[in-house]
Amino acid sequence: MLLEITTTHQPTSDLGYLLHKHPDKFQSFDLSHGQVHVFYPELTEEKVKFCLLLDIDPIELVKGGRNLSGKGFALGHYVNDRIYVASSFMSVGISKTLSSALNGRCKDRPELLGVKMPFEVKISVLPAPIGGAILIQKLFEPLGYKVQLERHILDAKFESWGESKYYTLYLKNELTLQELLTHLYVLIPVLDNDKHYYVGKNEIDKLVARGGDWLQEHPERKQIAERYLFNLKSLSRQALERLIEKDGNETAEAGIVETHEEMVKRKTLHQKRLYKVVEKLLETNAESVLDLGCGEGKLLRLLLKQKQFKKITGMDVSFSELKKAKDKLYYDDMAPKQKERIQLFQGSLLYSDTRLLGYDAAAIVEVIEHLDENRLKSFERVIFEIARPKSVVITTPNGEYNALFPNLKEGAMRHSDHRFEWTRKEFQDWATAIAQKNNYTVSFEPIGEEDEQYGAPSQMGVFSYAS
Amino acid sequence: MQVKIPELSLVLLIGTSGAGKSTFAKKHFKSTEIVSSDICRGIVSDDENSLNANKDAFELLDFIIRKRLKNGLLTVVDATNVQKSARRNLIALAREFHCLPVAIVLNTPPKIAKERNKLRSDRAEMGNHVIRQQHSQLKDAFRSLKREGFRRIYRFDSVEEIEAVTGIEREKLYNNKKEEHGPFDIIGDIHGCFDELLELLEKMDYVVERIATDNTNFGFKVSHPENRQVIFLGDLVDRGPNSPDVLRLAMSMLNDGVAICVPGNHDLKLQKKLSGKNVSLQHGLAETMEQLEKETDEFKEIVREFLYSLISHYVLDDGKLVVAHAGIREEMQGRGSGVVRSFCLYGETTGEIDEFGLPVRYDWASEYRGYAKVVYGHTPVPEAEWFNRTIDIDTGCVFGGKLTALRYPEEILVSVPAHKVYCEPAKPLIKEGMETSLSNQQVYDDLLNIEDVIGKRIVQTRLRNNITIKEENSIAALEVMSRFAINPKWLIYLPPTMSPCETSELPDYLEHPKEAIDYYRNKGIAQIVCEEKHMGSRAVVIVCKDEETVAEKFGIVNEGIGVCYTRTGRNFFNDANLEQRFLETVRDELTKGNFWEKFETSWVCLDTELMPWSAKAQSLLKDQYASVGAAASNALPAVVRALEQTQARGIGGVEAYVEKFANKQASIGQYIKAYQQYCWEVKDLSDFRLAPFHILATEGAVHSDKTHQWHIENIGAICEASSQLFYATPYKIVDCADDASVEAVIQWWLELTEKGGEGMVIKPMDFVAYGKRGLLQPAIKCRGKEYLRIIYGPEYDTPEHLKRLKKRGLLRKRSLALREFALGIEGLERFVGKQPLRRTHESVFGVLALESEAVDPRL
Repeated sequence: MLLEITTTHQPTSDLGYLLHKHPDKFQSFDLSHGQVHVFYPELTEEKVKFCLLLDIDPIELVKGGRNLSGKGFALGHYVNDRIYVASSFMSVGISKTLSSALNGRCKDRPELLGVKMPFEVKISVLPAPIGGAILIQKLFEPLGYKVQLERHILDAKFESWGESKYYTLYLKNELTLQELLTHLYVLIPVLDNDKHYYVGKNEIDKLVARGGDWLQEHPERKQIAERYLFNLKSLSRQALERLIEKDGNETAEAGIVETHEEMVKRKTLHQKRLYKVVEKLLETNAESVLDLGCGEGKLLRLLLKQKQFKKITGMDVSFSELKKAKDKLYYDDMAPKQKERIQLFQGSLLYSDTRLLGYDAAAIVEVIEHLDENRLKSFERVIFEIARPKSVVITTPNGEYNALFPNLKEGAMRHSDHRFEWTRKEFQDWATAIAQKNNYTVSFEPIGEEDEQYGAPSQMGVFSYAS
Repeated sequence: MQVKIPELSLVLLIGTSGAGKSTFAKKHFKSTEIVSSDICRGIVSDDENSLNANKDAFELLDFIIRKRLKNGLLTVVDATNVQKSARRNLIALAREFHCLPVAIVLNTPPKIAKERNKLRSDRAEMGNHVIRQQHSQLKDAFRSLKREGFRRIYRFDSVEEIEAVTGIEREKLYNNKKEEHGPFDIIGDIHGCFDELLELLEKMDYVVERIATDNTNFGFKVSHPENRQVIFLGDLVDRGPNSPDVLRLAMSMLNDGVAICVPGNHDLKLQKKLSGKNVSLQHGLAETMEQLEKETDEFKEIVREFLYSLISHYVLDDGKLVVAHAGIREEMQGRGSGVVRSFCLYGETTGEIDEFGLPVRYDWASEYRGYAKVVYGHTPVPEAEWFNRTIDIDTGCVFGGKLTALRYPEEILVSVPAHKVYCEPAKPLIKEGMETSLSNQQVYDDLLNIEDVIGKRIVQTRLRNNITIKEENSIAALEVMSRFAINPKWLIYLPPTMSPCETSELPDYLEHPKEAIDYYRNKGIAQIVCEEKHMGSRAVVIVCKDEETVAEKFGIVNEGIGVCYTRTGRNFFNDANLEQRFLETVRDELTKGNFWEKFETSWVCLDTELMPWSAKAQSLLKDQYASVGAAASNALPAVVRALEQTQARGIGGVEAYVEKFANKQASIGQYIKAYQQYCWEVKDLSDFRLAPFHILATEGAVHSDKTHQWHIENIGAICEASSQLFYATPYKIVDCADDASVEAVIQWWLELTEKGGEGMVIKPMDFVAYGKRGLLQPAIKCRGKEYLRIIYGPEYDTPEHLKRLKKRGLLRKRSLALREFALGIEGLERFVGKQPLRRTHESVFGVLALESEAVDPRL
């Protein structure tokens, strides 16, 4: 909530001119949910300290009940850290009060604009996501900053609760004031997972305008764009494309952080998995297919491309995922012939459902691991006893392979909602038993590159009804 | 003249155009009962006479008729109906819905019909040949109507005859005995087991006297001191030792009005044999015929007439009870057709034959969703048990089982064992799937049907009538239920949300007990119970004496001796072993307190608060509460320092902000202290505290009929016996009219909350309390000043904030609390009443769905 900028540049009065703020005044400006105050706690011949203080109104902030904390805990947005941290509000505060300096304007002393000054910055306090310290360094160090971090613990009374996600950040660098403010304007929100406003398209413009010059060279530019735009994939792609356009020379995506690599790997695996599932479904000669737990419809889109499938049905328990799937399929605008082939509805794999009757095949991709093991009995009956499609393709992670994920602690799972990640034997035992009980035969295949000891990252069982 | 038609029939008016059908219909039927082809043509084409519209018009006609017949409504078809094919379709429709087709022919002379049409502008163009053709078709119809399957045919050959019809009398169907309310004793298949029948009647306090035979009496006079009535479910005869006496007794009782009887397949076969039809003497008929040999021909004729007169099934007690020999589907109840009759007699078979040479029966009851309870027999079962509101009470007496009666409305089963095996059963009388210890209902309930939960739903509750669940809320609940909830067989209850008291008028308080007490006092409640509110996590605890009880009562195997779940139906413990150890402790403590004996139960469902808060809410505390504390307590000192330095430089206008941010700093300190109070480290089981406040249900009882004093005192007794897990909730009983008593409890609240307590829950003395305008809030919470910091924010009590926060509305929250309360109790009642799981699930699902309604979560 507090940004302190100190410089020993002399004369110290220059800073006031550049900031366009009188050193002997305490000034306040209105924001949508409160105020921002600017003032100078220190001003001597040798040193000047400028402060920007956010004074957010906690009651106004939560009016209308917009959820700031994400899903899960509704009360979270009433008791939240927004008013005490440097968040995107800080960027709003900067542009609101220091727009001249941010945009490189200085009416009275234009010659100061290009002057590099020794700056020391302190931000109290800065929230950062997991791996925050490394991320903060990766963001600021390439820009020439000396970074010092002080991490805060959660609660002194309960030391076992460990560290918090908050830091006090100290920065040192010699650069122009405009450079400094631009960096802060862009990078503070990058560290903030909880944005206070909706990410709109014009944010890309803001990002490119602010970050234009230095951002193109920043090794973390992809991550900055992604995080800045709140991981809104389509928006960030546009932003990246525009950045690369400016760059004129697309380089290999070097220097991308590890997590990104992992993400790419994960996505590739998922793509492989889906292709394999489509391949299997084609082999069964199925004409009508169920995608159970279709999520946002990645598999559905692949299925639609295959003429063989005349009736494609996607079901998911999450209504919001189905909505996403409809958007991504452009369902509402689909041509009638196309639309005839596909339908989507909400349903649950734990309730018997006559809508699932009469299909040739069902794909259940990365779904069962999201069910509690003691509920699997219901799942088995819904699929194998009641819906009873001629073929069933089930995929699930191979837990053995987790040993090869460096960041995964022993016994941990790949996704927080996974209830189990079976070994190959566990999966095969389970699948063989239900196949036998329900008059199916089953065969197994690995998905993804196979390790000699641990097998492939994912596994698949293909069931056929033995008529 | 009076025309008589069955109350549920499909009436076809038959006549040429201009014959006066519409006029006749309007005169004798309700406008909503008439479905007219002209009107349908008009609806689909704006032209009642457009022949091009015929196809669409008749599809619409068909659709409307279907909907009406499905809903059991008499329907009159106002169309010419002169063509045989048109009538054939309608008769098929009537059959499909088991309604009786009736023909009313208006044979108006063609000359008059033509004249009438000429007078009508819209029909003036109609050629004479049209009516001529229709009339000749009508004449053909005269010959064939009878064969077409009409139950009644009325024909009027002149305008005078038509006008002479003074009214249409609707005859009640024979199977409609809705006005008979019992009490009944329904007796399953007797098969000539006369001695057992007498014993059973005596066991139920019937007095059977032997008297002289006359025309209506066959040697027996039966009466019951409470005027109860017997219902025989058919199959009185065959296989057993004394069919004639069973018939004598049954006929005497029927003639005397103390019994009702529906026919069984064996009774029908006997009737056929006595009518001289060629029937094979298998399956026990030979024995019956032998026994009847000694009887007079006259008696045999009486028996034949009696059996012939029996009605396939009866709808009784305002439609709440249906009896039929082999059961009956919902859509057949109260209807009459050959299909209905044969279903009632033989049940539904798949056409296959099983390994014992018996027809494979289709289990209609597994799909039964009807409102009426269906009591039937026909298929021998080892034990009568309720299944989807149906019960088969044929317990195979003649095969050496027992003769069973169901007492209605008490729903108590009474039986007497067979004296011997009179007949070897083709199939051994054992339970299907003996390997499982679960009942049929429990096995069936392993899987719920999605149709029972999705879409807009209306749930009937005993506390508050119908509760509507909106579709969008079912959608949300389905996801939560599927992804996170525990086995639905455990989920018999979810607690309702609780409203806070009205906002306090006192300047420093957002909530104060005065408003909560006033709420009940103003609604006319004399006594309230004020309980300390614990700051832990709400937990519903179900615990059984042993795993056998779990299987027997909950139909769950291999999931331990109970469950502990949150207010959204999730497992409270992430660690299943820890949960079972916890539940074992709960059970052992209850055993120590003689709970099982005292409550005559082997299981209990408790509504509790489980502490510490930090046990369940660890991630919430860390990610939310402690985080906010850490952020603020590290940011604010730097802010205050910077402001003070600025002030020290002599800059104007800073003072107010120095104070403002210093206050914020102080508030944060208090806020951290507030949440810390509810946290302690949990290393093992001994660090948990369980504070029950309701004993919700035990075997056969939902304890919502007791007072809160009863609940808290009985829980107190458990706590006394308990070594450390259980925690007794401090409480005070307040007499609303006694100001001193009210003042004392307010003082108590102040003390509790000053020490950091969360606050108090105020309840009316009765668990379920009513005011003038209906159900009252089951409880109202009043939270402490400090506690509210973690709800409304660290600095909520600064005057400028408090002023704004006081503008809060409670209506939605309160309405929600009432609806959820009614649904919660309903779920328990249905479970305790041993209703199918889907009925209990419906209520619990409803609570979860309502919880997805948008309400200010700070309330």
